[in-house]
Amino acid sequence: MFKWLEKNLPKIVLAPSVGLISWFVYGFILWTLYISFTNSKILPKYELWGVGQYVKLWGLRKWHIAVDNLLIFTVLFLAICIVIGVVLAIFLDQKIRAEGVLRTIYLYPMALSFIVTGTAWKWILNPTLGIQKLFIDMGFENFTFDWLVNREMAIYTIVIAGVWQSSGFVMALFLAGLRSIDDEIVKAAKIDGAGLFTVYWKILIPMMRPVFFTSFVILVHISIKSYDLIVALTQGGPGISTTMPALFMTQTAFHKSQVGLSAASAMMMFMAVAAVIIPYLYSELRRENVS
Amino acid sequence: MSVNNTITSYKQLEERSKITNLLLRWFLYFILILFAFYFIFPLYVMIVTSFKTMEEIRQGTLLTWPSQLNFESWAVAWGGRGYGAGDTFLRPYFWNSIKMVVPAVIFSTFIGAMTGYVLTKWRFKGDRWIFLFLLFGCFIPFQAILLPMARTLGVLGISNSILGLVVVHSIYGIPFTTLFFRNYYVSIPDELIKAARIDGAGFFKIFFKILLPISAPIIVVTVIWQFTQIWNDFLFGATFSFGKAAPIQVALNNMVLSSTSVKEYNVDMASSIIAGFPTLIVYVLAGKYFIRGLTSGAVKG
Repeated sequence: MFKWLEKNLPKIVLAPSVGLISWFVYGFILWTLYISFTNSKILPKYELWGVGQYVKLWGLRKWHIAVDNLLIFTVLFLAICIVIGVVLAIFLDQKIRAEGVLRTIYLYPMALSFIVTGTAWKWILNPTLGIQKLFIDMGFENFTFDWLVNREMAIYTIVIAGVWQSSGFVMALFLAGLRSIDDEIVKAAKIDGAGLFTVYWKILIPMMRPVFFTSFVILVHISIKSYDLIVALTQGGPGISTTMPALFMTQTAFHKSQVGLSAASAMMMFMAVAAVIIPYLYSELRRENVS
Repeated sequence: MSVNNTITSYKQLEERSKITNLLLRWFLYFILILFAFYFIFPLYVMIVTSFKTMEEIRQGTLLTWPSQLNFESWAVAWGGRGYGAGDTFLRPYFWNSIKMVVPAVIFSTFIGAMTGYVLTKWRFKGDRWIFLFLLFGCFIPFQAILLPMARTLGVLGISNSILGLVVVHSIYGIPFTTLFFRNYYVSIPDELIKAARIDGAGFFKIFFKILLPISAPIIVVTVIWQFTQIWNDFLFGATFSFGKAAPIQVALNNMVLSSTSVKEYNVDMASSIIAGFPTLIVYVLAGKYFIRGLTSGAVKG
């Protein structure tokens, strides 16, 4: 008995975390999946109802707005974060004075919550006293900046705040990537007469492919989950113009009490994330196996 | 003659490239400083706004300095106005968050350390799959577990309580803490463990006497990561708690959204700074570890 215990001690120690994750991650996802196939309203019902909730979901205008917004947000958020992140990382890599201070400034938003970020930007972007007034008082009398209350433009305010929060993170990833490259490669290229621009464009940036991949995965992940920032900045408004799937899910579940429908929307989000994450984990693991 | 010519032109060339280099460097610094302003701007606006009176806010712009340091909005944000019902302020919720963060960070870090230890130093067939199994938990959108979690907390009788949030954060922190410790312990030579085993050290002795003493850096990284994540969480806080048991981010959001007759931006900004202060301080004091946490989940060997 004691021998058995000793032999299996590692597995016994591992059991709680495996058990908890099995139940609270995988079990719960299966539960949500099951509920998405039922006609649950306020309380979960357990008789199967087929794909009705998914049909209903994709028939809703609000869900389509949410998905469109997610696409707009993801594309812009990704593109801008990566461009800013790469440029800042390359510039910082040129033996810059006060690099530490600049890096600290670029990355501090990452330490703040999306609620704090959203609250701050809501104040900055508010049309009466915010940026608009700043420019009017500077002498641009016809300057208007009302994106926050403009149905067409409100989604872009979320991009502005999101980029502000996350581009420093991309910078940190790329800077770490650039620093991990052997100096000899750069030296050899320079001896061959390559200018600094060519060294980056032709050699270093292509070598950063795994970092691009990682940033892509993490940023897509952040954007699919984005919820807090919208709550703090626009509450999905004006009207429902800035709704996104995560907001749709919680509103449907907890304000409209349509548990089945909200489970269906949660599963759509889950599948979107899985489509990005599973190939990523697979390639990471393969890389580790090779090395 | 021709040799002399080449030398002068070479010198000219060198001179010219020096000038371009200098211009390039100015451009570099210009862009870097421009971006520094962009990142600093909201924090600057938050701080100056929090010290202004509403009168000053209406008259000035985002950038104007307060005429004097006016601490009233800070006092209101932290301790309220003292008129009882409907007076929301952050102090109780700040402590709620502390009571939630401290145990949740300790539990999840400890479990992650043990799990990472087993997965690297007591390897068995299929341990890679177990790791992958746990790792996947880092990436799930929490919306997919929100509904059953709400029911489970209800059944356990800990919905709308700090304890409930501690449980939730401890569990969903495990994948991350495991990832951190696993990646750290993988780089520690197995010979160290083998030698200790030959000397008769057991499972726990090896962990506490050999690994734990050299784990300080990764413990710091993990604690900072978990602290920041849990302190800044809004989704769980807003879904599983309300009223008196809410953590600070939820309270901040409620305060800002509460539709009183006049919008008090100075109080809002003071509140935001209070809610962001602990994580910001950790970041400033231990930025190196904060960044290592951010990047180690992503770029790993």
